[in-house]
Amino acid sequence: MSDAPMQAQQPAAGAESEPVLTVRNLRAWYGTMGDPVRAVDGVSIDLRAGETVGLVGESGCGKSTLGRAIMGLLPDGAAVAGEVRYRGRDLVGLPQRDLRSLRGPDLGLVFQEPMTRLDPLVTIEDHFLETLRAHEPDTDTDEMRRRSLAALAGMGIPPTRFKQYPHEFSGGMRQRIMIALALALNPKVVIADEPTTALDVIVEAQILQILADLRRNFDAALLLITHNLGIVAETCDRVAVMYAGQIVEEGPAREVFTEPAHPYTRELLRSTISLSTTGLHYIPGAPPSLVDPPSACRFHPRCPNAMEVCARKDPIEMTPGAEEGRPREGRVLCWLHGPADEIPPGGERPLERGEIALAEEA
Amino acid sequence: MEQAASIGSEPRAALGETLLQVRDLRTLFSVRGSFLDRLRGRESGSVKAVDRVSFDLRRGEVLGLVGESGSGKTTLGRTLLGLVDASGGSVKLDGQEITGLGEGAFRPLRRRLQIVFQDPHASLNPAMTIGEAVADPLRIHGITGDREQARTRVAGALERVGLQPASQFMDKYPTDLSGGQKQRAVLARAIILDPDVLIADEPVSMLDMSVRAKILELMIDLKRELDLTYVYITHDLATAKFFCDRIAIMYLGKIVEIGPADEIYADPKHPYTVSLLKAIPEPDPSRAVPRDLPRGEVPDAVTPPLGCSFHPRCPRAFEVCGWESRDLRALLEARWTRMPEAEYRAEREVIGSLEPLDEPAMSAVLEPASGHAPREVLELIHRLRADAPDDPFWKGVAEVRERGGAVAIRFHDGLEPRDVEAGRSRLECHLYDPEALAAAERARNAQRSNDRPSSDRGVAK
Amino acid sequence: MHMPKFAGIRRMAARIQEAKGAPRWILYVGVGIVVFFIILAIFAPLIAPYGFDQVSSDGMRFPKQASPSSDHLFGTTVQSTDVLSRTIWGARTAIEVVVLSVIFSIAIGVPLGLVSGYIGGKLDRGLVLIMDALFAFPYLLLAIVVAFLLTDKLNDFFLSNLFGAGIVTAAVAITVVYIPQYFRVVRNHVISVREEPYVEAARALGAKRRTIIGRYIFYNVIQNVPALATLNAADAILTLAALGFLGYGIQPTEAAEWGYDISRAIDDVGAGIWWTGVFPGMAIVLLVTGFTLVGEGLNDVLNPLIRYRRIRKPKIPAAQGQEAS
Repeated sequence: MSDAPMQAQQPAAGAESEPVLTVRNLRAWYGTMGDPVRAVDGVSIDLRAGETVGLVGESGCGKSTLGRAIMGLLPDGAAVAGEVRYRGRDLVGLPQRDLRSLRGPDLGLVFQEPMTRLDPLVTIEDHFLETLRAHEPDTDTDEMRRRSLAALAGMGIPPTRFKQYPHEFSGGMRQRIMIALALALNPKVVIADEPTTALDVIVEAQILQILADLRRNFDAALLLITHNLGIVAETCDRVAVMYAGQIVEEGPAREVFTEPAHPYTRELLRSTISLSTTGLHYIPGAPPSLVDPPSACRFHPRCPNAMEVCARKDPIEMTPGAEEGRPREGRVLCWLHGPADEIPPGGERPLERGEIALAEEA
Repeated sequence: MEQAASIGSEPRAALGETLLQVRDLRTLFSVRGSFLDRLRGRESGSVKAVDRVSFDLRRGEVLGLVGESGSGKTTLGRTLLGLVDASGGSVKLDGQEITGLGEGAFRPLRRRLQIVFQDPHASLNPAMTIGEAVADPLRIHGITGDREQARTRVAGALERVGLQPASQFMDKYPTDLSGGQKQRAVLARAIILDPDVLIADEPVSMLDMSVRAKILELMIDLKRELDLTYVYITHDLATAKFFCDRIAIMYLGKIVEIGPADEIYADPKHPYTVSLLKAIPEPDPSRAVPRDLPRGEVPDAVTPPLGCSFHPRCPRAFEVCGWESRDLRALLEARWTRMPEAEYRAEREVIGSLEPLDEPAMSAVLEPASGHAPREVLELIHRLRADAPDDPFWKGVAEVRERGGAVAIRFHDGLEPRDVEAGRSRLECHLYDPEALAAAERARNAQRSNDRPSSDRGVAK
Repeated sequence: MHMPKFAGIRRMAARIQEAKGAPRWILYVGVGIVVFFIILAIFAPLIAPYGFDQVSSDGMRFPKQASPSSDHLFGTTVQSTDVLSRTIWGARTAIEVVVLSVIFSIAIGVPLGLVSGYIGGKLDRGLVLIMDALFAFPYLLLAIVVAFLLTDKLNDFFLSNLFGAGIVTAAVAITVVYIPQYFRVVRNHVISVREEPYVEAARALGAKRRTIIGRYIFYNVIQNVPALATLNAADAILTLAALGFLGYGIQPTEAAEWGYDISRAIDDVGAGIWWTGVFPGMAIVLLVTGFTLVGEGLNDVLNPLIRYRRIRKPKIPAAQGQEAS
């Protein structure tokens, strides 16, 4: 693990550099006995080297599916359409064999439950050696061991424990091992799916510290999928908010949190309970079914700022503040940000709808 | 839609008489060792899931039991309800002792003590409709009356928890409901008997953020309308802040700090409480991840640390906190984790087996490996200290000397933390215990006078 | 005090209706076959041209070992009985015995499994030991031993008056063989279910043990029983046939039995007389297949673990630009 960020491959990491992974209009639908579940329904996002993007949303919004769809890890009954470009190749539709050779050295994945992902019969050290041997068979064994030890030590795992088995470690340590394994082959893209959800709060903070340090020491692009806004605020450069299978807002973390452009983001922030919040807020109604989502803007049944047009026309992706002449970095999918010339006359009237039936409250 | 329910805005129910009195409660679980352990003759251990807990619960208040996994908070909740047998101590409900009561004698009391569990998806019988599930407590305690009466009561309970119109939910099965709706049904089932005490075990942690506030608000409303007293078990100090009047922080089976909520948040005293508060993620990008987190994780409950169980991780630990051999091992391992491999190997070679350090004791003996002299081990210890001289560990070391071809390290005598008062809270922490502080002072003085005529290169002060 | 409205059973019925594709056809074909045999069994007196041991009619004795003809569609045996009639009456025997034994097995095995699984401790250990021992015993031997021991002992049993002592004896012998299976399946399921939060919630409500077992656990552990019962029924037919083949259980004077017929038919084969063995044999094969199809079909439809659902990959229509403008 090098201390200095590896600049060799990319120009200086930052908003200007070319993205390592681009997702364009990705859709992932699960087949069911009836109509398909449209878990991811038109998502585009870029991941850049050295940047951490937080993908945030509540349960059932499709964020886990998005992570897996990018990796090509969806089950057989799921269909994927769209484009995932990595190093000039489109990963969608790539045969599993090719995807397998990419997973590890190029695409790393960290899951929520580390115990189920580690082989209980294999020591920690051997986990590493196997991985290295599989993808870099030409490295000599000593070098491999040295790298494994260095990776684990970097995660705070004492060298005296390298020959132990997964069950001898606590949950937090196992997650560190998983992260170390994912980083062992120096992947360019790492997707972490709820990595700290199953952990206690102090251990979670420790892992987050590691992830935050990762930004400095590695040049991997990290996609952090979580439902916890606090985590995203502390560790991510950019944040993308997902609702009902679509990204409704994306931008630099600082800006999205201090000046959310989309009403859902705003309401979500308000309903997050942290030490500094002073009142209980919640969003009325319940997240929509992904089988038959609401027409046009999917948030309109619950949005406090809904207008007539929101129920009739699909919102268009805009740069927040562009209409007022103060464009900010980022994008938002909401009629509140225009474009005004696409809104039919009368469309700006507040949407009339009945009170959300109490029976539909979550 | 906004529903403000901030602290202090709603009238607190008058804190009435003591409803539940818990003294020195203990719950032990025996743990069967692994097959290998038993072959080797190592005894199976026991876990002190609840280790001498004492507190009072007053009518109308909300007491939070906050802790991470392994803290014993869930077991404590279950012990109060008689779902788990207490191994010692006493729990008195309105003056009546309830530990050790047989199931038959406990049954009528269950009308007064109810529980809401964490997982809404698993708390309802999949084979019963919502109506049947909520009516079951009435049936179990024989208060049905006729069908109509029962149905009315059930409908009333359902509407009270926000499942309206009740007729729409009566005949649905749990699989037809969302997580939040299920939790409401569970609450309806719990309140239908009009209990006095409701133990809520992580009632919202499995729900989405936007739903949590709804359920919490419902619980607050129910408390007001039905004059309930809550024990709110959670790992989330943020939600506890809204809900609780008093908070008890638990660590490895003990209550380490208990006091009024506003004091706990404004002026946390126990170092564990301080770190819990710091570790809570804040959706504020200008706030960085806290850097001074306690190291390590919650230790194994079968053989907890000596003295104060938090001492290995505590940034403010000192002489009498219970230093022991395992702490030395942890320190060595932390050092080796930071070193490049070659150096690690060189150092590791010097010491023989580290296993003796795993037996908890207030002294440790490090034998050099064959081919190495005790002097080298001593030097290693010095380097260890030079690395981080301010580490609390060194306060606990009384003496390091060469003896019999090995290096013996003696720690100061550790003390079990006592229950002490600080401000309006009660703590179990030596930092606030004048006796412990005095003992530490004495130990320091003794050490100073020992150091002067030392012949070996002992620990320099 | 009303019981939950058979929630488990209703859910099962719903799933059966929803089933599509292969499992559904398997189920329907199986049910068709079984129903056919049940009809034969119930209406045997009306359908069978002659009695099961009738050797003459209208004063004329039937031919001996006659090949199939218009008078005797399936031919006759060496004892001059009509093969067709014996086959049909044999269906009645088979269905009676199997139904009785399945009912007995469930009535004993399931409650024992429930109680043993929930209460645990010494009772559980003891029962498991007994059941495992029974299960390990070679099943045919066990059935023979029981049948042997019970021969002529059940003459006063009330069911014997209804069905005949031999049938009850055979049924009891088969029951003993299959009890351990129900016990095991139910017990194991109970052990996993009793740790569920809703069971703990029931305890917290103050429910008595019998309420918990009866209302909270029972309906959640019996999903596997119907499939198990039909598969056992298939097996029981074979066991019955084996018993009859070896001459245990049902006396030839009491009722027709396919296994017995086959044992009688062995001598005929050498002489080229095929109809005495083939027809009872086919009947066995058909009925066993029928029950098996029902069992497998039920398993596929009800049991989520091995349910092969026909989920087709959805077709995603061409995109309608949601891109950045």
